[in-house]
Amino acid sequence: MVAAAPPIPSSFRGLRSLFGFLIVLLVLAGAWEGYKLLEGSGLPLPIRADDRSMPHLWDIVRSIFEPARRGSEESLGWVLAKASLVTFREAVAGFGAGSLVGLGLGLLFVRSPLAERGLMPWVIASQTIPLLAIAPMVVLWAGKYRLPLWIPIAALAAFLSFFPVTVNTIRGLRSPSPTSAELFRSIAASPSQEFRKLRIPAAFPYLFTALKIAAGASVVGTIVGELPSGLPDGLGRQLLTFSYYYSSGPEKLYAAVLFAVLLGLTFVAVVALIERLVIPPARRVAS
Amino acid sequence: MTSPMVSLRGVGKVFSGRKGTRTVALQGIDLEIHSGEFVSLLGPSGCGKSTLLRIVGDLLEPTTGAVSVNGKSPARARHDRDYGMVFQQATLLEWRRVLGNVALPLEVTGMSEPERTERAREMLKLVELLEFADHYPWQLSGGMQQRVAIARALTLEPSLLLMDEPFGALDEMTRERMQMELMRIWQETQTTVLFVTHSIPEAVFLSTQVVVMSPRPGRVAAVVDIDLPQPRVFETREKTKYFDKLVEVREVLRTEEE
Repeated sequence: MVAAAPPIPSSFRGLRSLFGFLIVLLVLAGAWEGYKLLEGSGLPLPIRADDRSMPHLWDIVRSIFEPARRGSEESLGWVLAKASLVTFREAVAGFGAGSLVGLGLGLLFVRSPLAERGLMPWVIASQTIPLLAIAPMVVLWAGKYRLPLWIPIAALAAFLSFFPVTVNTIRGLRSPSPTSAELFRSIAASPSQEFRKLRIPAAFPYLFTALKIAAGASVVGTIVGELPSGLPDGLGRQLLTFSYYYSSGPEKLYAAVLFAVLLGLTFVAVVALIERLVIPPARRVAS
Repeated sequence: MTSPMVSLRGVGKVFSGRKGTRTVALQGIDLEIHSGEFVSLLGPSGCGKSTLLRIVGDLLEPTTGAVSVNGKSPARARHDRDYGMVFQQATLLEWRRVLGNVALPLEVTGMSEPERTERAREMLKLVELLEFADHYPWQLSGGMQQRVAIARALTLEPSLLLMDEPFGALDEMTRERMQMELMRIWQETQTTVLFVTHSIPEAVFLSTQVVVMSPRPGRVAAVVDIDLPQPRVFETREKTKYFDKLVEVREVLRTEEE
């Protein structure tokens, strides 16, 4: 009688997606090195593929285990890992603040159509402001009030992460069908009961989709915020430094980029893990 | 004659569109429904039968006319939880298990957890789905989901069960099984039912009274008493009387079209 297909064991599914990831990784690595092989062929290449423009992948990986600077004991990997941790902490702060603001705005807009009509255009406009342009201003303002450096950085991360949360909160809270609303009305549920028992649970899958986007965005926002801040410890500074010395060690910049990507992925994965614990499997498709 | 449970007098409904357009959905509806009856609203799409059901259930307000349910206004009756509603879609909360879905109306009334679990289990027994109490809605077939919706609608022991094309989304075989099931539940609970459908056989098989409606504007064309013997069983559909009633209802619908 049961209509559902037998569920695929989750361990198997996890293994399969890992396998898929590894295959794509191999294909990308192959494309990188394959393109480099063309450099010697004399063909006119749109992007140069010499070792300075595109270092060999093994050079990038090897640089991670070599000292970060001449005469230094610390490996590049260790330096980058420490910097990632600093950046991660700022990103978490920005993500948390941004998500709360996003959630608050979403709730406000669903409750008050007037507020939505009045403020939504500004919210959308805010996302078209180039972050790079306002980052120095925000850092300066914060400096004027002698705030610790991580605060303006987290604020910039929050600036990028609140938007998807706002949009998806609204969508999620409005996702129940008119019939569901009629059902709650027919049992004489109060508006707050309808909100708690229908709209909020219905919004969860939408919210988590937004939180995953916000997690990635907060890492981008943090790194952009670190650039003008002069904060010496984060990934942003490392990226800046290695781009100065690009010609003498291009693989180091690539290694730093790799760490930034890994940091973003890790953050998104953490949010996805929480989602798995909170929402039963059948519902995750909904988003 | 006892006073009717539901009484509608001169009920009309006009929907106003954005550009000032006015659609007359219902006009001059007079109708009485007595306790214990099974009344179907039958008619083609656009005849306002769902609108009428929603006016009785206080999901819509009539533009004109008076409605009373159990001697009260529909709004009062809704707050007294006199209604149970079943829609074409089961409208189950997908994040709740079957038991939690059935217990939802009880939760809203503030009943304690052990009490509502017991009551919800009773209801699941009534629709013969007790063994699926811990399943999620997506694990059930369409017919089973609709039975859960019926159980949910009955948990508050409503005096009036409002059903809006509840079997419209089901295949023919499941539909006939559900009709038998509904007949059994109706017999056991003694609830009054107001049932919207556009299927003539369904209306005739289930009802004690079929209210035939016609469109533009929606109005009552005729009320046909279906005095087939109770309980309605599988063989009811093979009786001559059943066919006579089908013909009678069909005739009313045809004369209305002309």
